[in-house]
Amino acid sequence: MGLALTLIAQRISLGILMLFAVSALIFVGTQILPGDVAESILGQSATPENLANLRKELGLNEPALTRYFNWLGGIMVGDLGTALTSGASISEAITSRLGNTLFLAAVAAMISVPIAILLGLFAVRYKDRWPDKLISASTLASISLPEFFIGYLLILVFGVKLGWFPTVATVYDGMSFGDRLNAVMLPALTLTLVVLAHMMRMTRAAILNVMQSAYIETAELKGLSSFKIIWKHALPNAISPVINVVMLNMAYLIVGVVVVEVIFVYPGMGQYLVDHVSKRDVPVVQACGLIFAAIYIGLNLVADIISVLSNPRLRHPK
Amino acid sequence: MNFRTIPVSAWLGIISASLFAFAALFAPLIAPYGMSEIVGDVWEPMSAEHLLGTDNLGRDLLSRMIFGARTTLAIAALATIVSFTLGAFLGMAAAVIGGWADQVLSRGVDLLMSIPTLIFALVVLSVMPANIATLILVMGILDATRVFRLSRAVAVDVNVMDFVEAAKLRGEGRIWIITREILPNALSTLVAELGLRFIFMVLFLSALSFLGLGIQPPEADWGGMVKENKDGIIFGIPAALIPAGAIAVLAISVNLIADWILNRTTDLKGGRGGN
Repeated sequence: MGLALTLIAQRISLGILMLFAVSALIFVGTQILPGDVAESILGQSATPENLANLRKELGLNEPALTRYFNWLGGIMVGDLGTALTSGASISEAITSRLGNTLFLAAVAAMISVPIAILLGLFAVRYKDRWPDKLISASTLASISLPEFFIGYLLILVFGVKLGWFPTVATVYDGMSFGDRLNAVMLPALTLTLVVLAHMMRMTRAAILNVMQSAYIETAELKGLSSFKIIWKHALPNAISPVINVVMLNMAYLIVGVVVVEVIFVYPGMGQYLVDHVSKRDVPVVQACGLIFAAIYIGLNLVADIISVLSNPRLRHPK
Repeated sequence: MNFRTIPVSAWLGIISASLFAFAALFAPLIAPYGMSEIVGDVWEPMSAEHLLGTDNLGRDLLSRMIFGARTTLAIAALATIVSFTLGAFLGMAAAVIGGWADQVLSRGVDLLMSIPTLIFALVVLSVMPANIATLILVMGILDATRVFRLSRAVAVDVNVMDFVEAAKLRGEGRIWIITREILPNALSTLVAELGLRFIFMVLFLSALSFLGLGIQPPEADWGGMVKENKDGIIFGIPAALIPAGAIAVLAISVNLIADWILNRTTDLKGGRGGN
């Protein structure tokens, strides 16, 4: 277990280091203007007094390094600051929205992961025949279709014409689980369609890679059926790359959620971020940016750890 | 070059991409109405007068689509140029110079890529003035990270070839090595990537405009047109799907062309027999 643990510890420390670097980058990203935040918020019509007041309120008179460490220190204890536009605490606003976003992403994952893996297996079984070709073609379509095309098409067909699902994904506190699930169904389906083809294609590639092995040939010579070979012999050995693919797509799901939330007016993190970008509410944007980046880095980290753990050679070194 | 060797899928891509390019180039000549001219009622259905109907303010949708093609394609193309020039030059420079310069550039790119592109773009755009130059620079610089990785990887391979060694021994400078020795050999890979990056830019720009952070109205662009017409969807008016569909068709066409170029250049690897 020793080698695997060392690798994991290394990977986690690297992840934490990366997170600090990213927080600095996000902070710098909002400071690169020739003027400062106060000027860009107030615009050209600002009077010098207004500017001075806003600078004081934002603490802009202190050096950037001090401001960065104040900000970082606040985040460590869960204080993300207050929103400029409303004066409300950002942490409070984010808590419920983050929950909504994670719920939506989880539902999308529940639908897309099993389908992607099953279709991936199917593509391997019927390699170079029509099911496989169809899957390749759908990948091309899926990387080309913008989220809003899929989203509005689903709204038009299933929301407006057929009336099966609500066209706007409204959720509120105290809503029953079933109602909530019904409300997020269309956005979850949109996200599913966005990631499905890629996940399927990578699963296919991972299993095909294993299919070249000698033990697969042995299994074939034993006369096993092709589905049994894939299911019992190829899939267990392809599980690590497959999990990796799933994790990377989850990371994409969390991010792809930004546009999808705006399409369905869903009260999640993405909508919150976009609203405050147009209001130029920098503290909110920094906080949301950091959380999205942290989730993204975290999921990539988990993918790496799982691939270390699922490798028996690393788990049981000689 | 033999036209017969071009597969049907690539032909489809070439024809439809050229149609879009034609519409963009000659927009004022072929558009039946002006870009922001109000010519009818709100959300009129498709008719002989208005082939695609009218939009949320009663402007002719087809005319706006044609002018939108111009804005969307031009800005995506400019951003792609920024991304390629910056990414390819820095990537090849990192490979040729090596050492600490390579380390600094590569780790910097790793860091930029650890934040999802759209999220970082939103963070930066929240403080930047909303104009087209900012948009092109932000999109170009963020996307240059992908081009950097690719061109560095290709350049590292070429850099160890004998002819590069010979050029170094001849005493050629780094600029010569990059532009005369490495660039010509990396070009085919980069050209195939160019198409994919361009499409990524179209999708990226449309997403930003759709979120209200890209091209500002009354200027027409496809992502912004989806935003303008999205409220019609709940009344069963499909006007928003037309610009969204145009983005999809353009993306598929360019992907088909890029696939073909990619297959062609990998075929060439074995031997450079016939053209």
